Amino acid sequence: MAGAAGPGSGPGSAGRDADDSLYPIAVLIDELRNEDVQLRLNSIKKLSTIALALGVERTRMELLPFLTDTIYDEDEVLLALAEQLGDFTGLVGGPDFAHCLLPPLESLATVEETVVRDKAVESLRQISQEHTPVALEAHFVPLVKRLASGDWFTSRTSACGLFSVCYPRASNVVKAEIRQHFRSLCSDDTPMVRRAAASKLGEFAKVLELDSVKIEIVPLFINLASDEQDSVRLLAVEACVSIAQLLSQDDLEVLVMPTLRHAAEDKSWRVRYMVADKFSELQKAVGPKITLNDLIPAFQNLLKDCEAEVRAAAVHKVKELCENLPIEGRETIIMNRILPYIKELVSDTNQHVKIALASVIMGLCTILGKENTIEHLLPLFLAQLKDECPEVRLNIISNLDCVNEVIGIRQLSQSLLPAIVELAEDAKWRVRLAIIEYMPLLAGQLGMEFFDEKLNSLCMAWLVDHVYAIREAATNNLMKLVQKFGTEWAQTTIVPKVLVMANDPNYLHRMTTLFCINALSEACGQEITAKQMLPIVLKMAGDQVANVRFNVAKSLQKIGPLLDTDALQGKVKPVLQKLGQDEDMDVKYFAQEAISVVAQRLRKLDFPVKDSEEHRAPGPDKNHFLRPGMLGEDTGKFLSLMSRQHKETERLAWLLRGQ
Amino acid sequence: MFSGPRQRGLRLLTHAEWCGVPSEASVLLCKTVSMRAGDLAQWFRCLLHKRKDPSWISADIISTVEFNYSGDLLATGDKGGRVVIFQREQESKSRPHSRGEYNVYSTFQSHEPEFDYLKSLEIEEKINKIRWLPQQNAAHFLLSTNDKTIKLWKISERDKRAEGYNLKDEDGRLRDPFRITALRVPILKPMDLMVEASPRRIFANAHTYHINSISVNSDHETYLSADDLRINLWHLEITDRSFNIVDIKPANMEELTEVITAAEFHPHQCNVFVYSSSKGTIRLCDMRSSALCDRHSKFFEEPEDPSSRSFFSEIISSISDVKFSHSGRYMMTRDYLSVKVWDLNMESRPVETHQVHEYLRSKLCSLYENDCIFDKFECCWNGSDSAIMTGSYNNFFRMFDRNTRRDVTLEASRENSKPRASLKPRKVCTGGKRKKDEISVDSLDFNKKILHTAWHPMENIIAVAATNNLYIFQDKIN
Repeated sequence: MAGAAGPGSGPGSAGRDADDSLYPIAVLIDELRNEDVQLRLNSIKKLSTIALALGVERTRMELLPFLTDTIYDEDEVLLALAEQLGDFTGLVGGPDFAHCLLPPLESLATVEETVVRDKAVESLRQISQEHTPVALEAHFVPLVKRLASGDWFTSRTSACGLFSVCYPRASNVVKAEIRQHFRSLCSDDTPMVRRAAASKLGEFAKVLELDSVKIEIVPLFINLASDEQDSVRLLAVEACVSIAQLLSQDDLEVLVMPTLRHAAEDKSWRVRYMVADKFSELQKAVGPKITLNDLIPAFQNLLKDCEAEVRAAAVHKVKELCENLPIEGRETIIMNRILPYIKELVSDTNQHVKIALASVIMGLCTILGKENTIEHLLPLFLAQLKDECPEVRLNIISNLDCVNEVIGIRQLSQSLLPAIVELAEDAKWRVRLAIIEYMPLLAGQLGMEFFDEKLNSLCMAWLVDHVYAIREAATNNLMKLVQKFGTEWAQTTIVPKVLVMANDPNYLHRMTTLFCINALSEACGQEITAKQMLPIVLKMAGDQVANVRFNVAKSLQKIGPLLDTDALQGKVKPVLQKLGQDEDMDVKYFAQEAISVVAQRLRKLDFPVKDSEEHRAPGPDKNHFLRPGMLGEDTGKFLSLMSRQHKETERLAWLLRGQ
Repeated sequence: MFSGPRQRGLRLLTHAEWCGVPSEASVLLCKTVSMRAGDLAQWFRCLLHKRKDPSWISADIISTVEFNYSGDLLATGDKGGRVVIFQREQESKSRPHSRGEYNVYSTFQSHEPEFDYLKSLEIEEKINKIRWLPQQNAAHFLLSTNDKTIKLWKISERDKRAEGYNLKDEDGRLRDPFRITALRVPILKPMDLMVEASPRRIFANAHTYHINSISVNSDHETYLSADDLRINLWHLEITDRSFNIVDIKPANMEELTEVITAAEFHPHQCNVFVYSSSKGTIRLCDMRSSALCDRHSKFFEEPEDPSSRSFFSEIISSISDVKFSHSGRYMMTRDYLSVKVWDLNMESRPVETHQVHEYLRSKLCSLYENDCIFDKFECCWNGSDSAIMTGSYNNFFRMFDRNTRRDVTLEASRENSKPRASLKPRKVCTGGKRKKDEISVDSLDFNKKILHTAWHPMENIIAVAATNNLYIFQDKIN
């Protein structure tokens, strides 16, 4: 295969006539330099094809040198190139020649674009594994050293990510050199490099001997953690997690904890934020004893930090922190040492902190159990349900299921209701939209009776909201409620109210009736549709507003599949024909569209046997739609199918009726 | 002896598309002579860059000048949205005097005029500021901004070109695709050096008001941009998000009493930045203390002298530029009549105040009428922080030696400085009788203003922008 590439690659190919298979490869090679970025990108992505055609020798001698110098290209091309080269070992002749891939990757590791550099480093790490120990010291380690002592900081930052892959397989002498290089990068003049070193410190520590960690890494860590730039210090917090995992409890106390304690009280809020953000990881790394003695007090401080960003980050970790505490004595610790701070945060001055708290606080219910929840958490929930910020209330409501499991939602219903009502009437329509989304969930948890009593009127009120998105969501909401409470409930509570709106003076409200019918007809079933909804729809065909009339046509098209021949022939068809003569163009258009669909359906109803045979013919698509189980399970899917794939739905409806 | 460099300059300029508008331009070069500490007078014109046609158009007015960190590159931006970069010639044995000469290296259109349809607002293409990034690889990077949009540009060199196609021959003729018998991998051949400027990132839609400053942080990954009322913090790699760190916009715009006029990061401490206001005050903020820096940690203000209070006091106290010294210990502010040096450790008053053109105090009324009083003069430090420079009118610029307390007025103009001659100090007569060589206040040309100047970070080389002319002066190398 590889030999077919060209005259130079093998004796057998010399003097052979033109080879058809070369043409596509020739195009690919030429397009490596096409002006169109997309074509260049395509070519680069098929680099393995090109290499395969060229054969290993020409790939090494010609293709790679060319690629090494093509680092002027767009980022996305370079990114693709860096990625490709990671899997190229086989194409250059196997592990023995893996070092040939180093030059192009080395030049990619110095470009200014971080994503490209990172990808080049990733590929270099991959290739390093394919080097033999000898080749590693002969080729790879010198490359790392070159990068580490490069003039520009881009190369030095890239070097930071390569130490940990070559260290374990290097000889002791080389190991010492590698450590030396890493040390000097940790105190580089450029903050970029110190940051790169700090972010790789943990990874490097993991491959080092324990003694070296204690003697060399820990001092580096302490230095970086006290760097003059807070952007470096905050990365040392991350390193702290990895280093802590390597050390024994005693060493930890002596070597790491002073720095960590200091970081938690750093002058810069960004460092404290990082401590808060990494808190769960830190907690796991240092173990339960230090957590109790050191981390909990630090956490308390973070919860009352003067910077809101820090408080919010800490609050986000409350639940995880509590979950990870040792089960024995957990309740006491939370009750005595965490909860008092949380109580204060409920009335925090900053919205974001409160929003963060509202999103996690419900999670504490399961940890603290029923009694504590009722006594301590419930008052907090109730306070948050009355918060001035709608997102706080929303977060509480959206997590109600946690509470429901522990104490049942009824405990909350007294406060819940005013909160819901207020959100339902919030001035921001997005807030109203959000609360509508939770209605089906709430309905399920509160039960039909409570719902009818308190919330039903809200759901109906949304139907006449002045924002279309709300009316639309309210329509879908009704459908979901009907699915939950059943058709009987729909017939008594929902349908009459919806149908009354057909006489509303506002045409938008009249249209809402039609939209509701579209959504509800499937869920309500044939009987309600034919007996209650159809007459109203037909009546609205005489509406004076054209928008209503063409929506009548659309609705008739939609509910058509639920109707029988008599209704279609005797009622629907005449109305549609009349609309088909309408003076308004759009009405005419939609009426005619509906007529053709109805006519099609009537034909099928007239010849049911033949039709059904045709549709029972085997075929993957049809089988998919014919599975009755799926239909019964999910009416929602059914409806969406209906709107998108009209024909299929028609078949379905027909088959359903047949069962 | 100097014909070589002169021709050289000419060649480069015609190549440089300095304007996009085709025009003749000339570069004059003269021998470089000296300025030693305390000897500010002997400035020599090194290079003058000017179009021959005196009826220059306003698009050519230089609006910013900035040396990069090594001083080997000098970037200028103009009202036409163009950026021109000059590169310093390396010393060579054959032409020992060519060192110090700056020639056009790259020219590109950074910003285009735009129209904001939502606000019915024209957005000028004028480059308000240019800031270089610390060099990170062989390429150079700079940020340029107009009123609304900041762009990150990469300026890189290319000296190799790939040759050899499979489907066409050397002359570009297509080959018969069915007669390809061998694959050709392109090979790289050397070619003439080509300098490319490519836009890398565009930071847009974050400023409601006009951007007056950008400043790169010493952490090398963030920078700030300041408009009249807000300061935003950006990450150099993230264009779709910026953080607001200062917002002085009052809830009710009628309560607005001051605007932000300039802002700059501390050269070494990544968490510290300052911003100046139209009221003549400077606030220093520490980003460590909180995410929003609405509360300053230091407030620099000089108590007003009640005896000199006038209708114009507030206008002329407005700070037009603030610059940290290279050491980070001091900062310098420029207001209309003076330049002040502040010690960061003393908030109550400046440690030095240098009068730039005190003789204008009596003319404030007419300067108000012709709007000159609102001119925004910039100022700059020399590499060792021992001298400072700022501009004035009549193509004059002023230099102050901080150690000897001596100062000098020099003129950047073609007519007055012959090649190889040292710049003569100029004097404006303030008293009744005009001495020889002095120029009277009344004959100053207020249309010839020097707003933008830059000082080489290591050497005594300065760049002075006088409307559409760029002058580069260098002290004597013996």
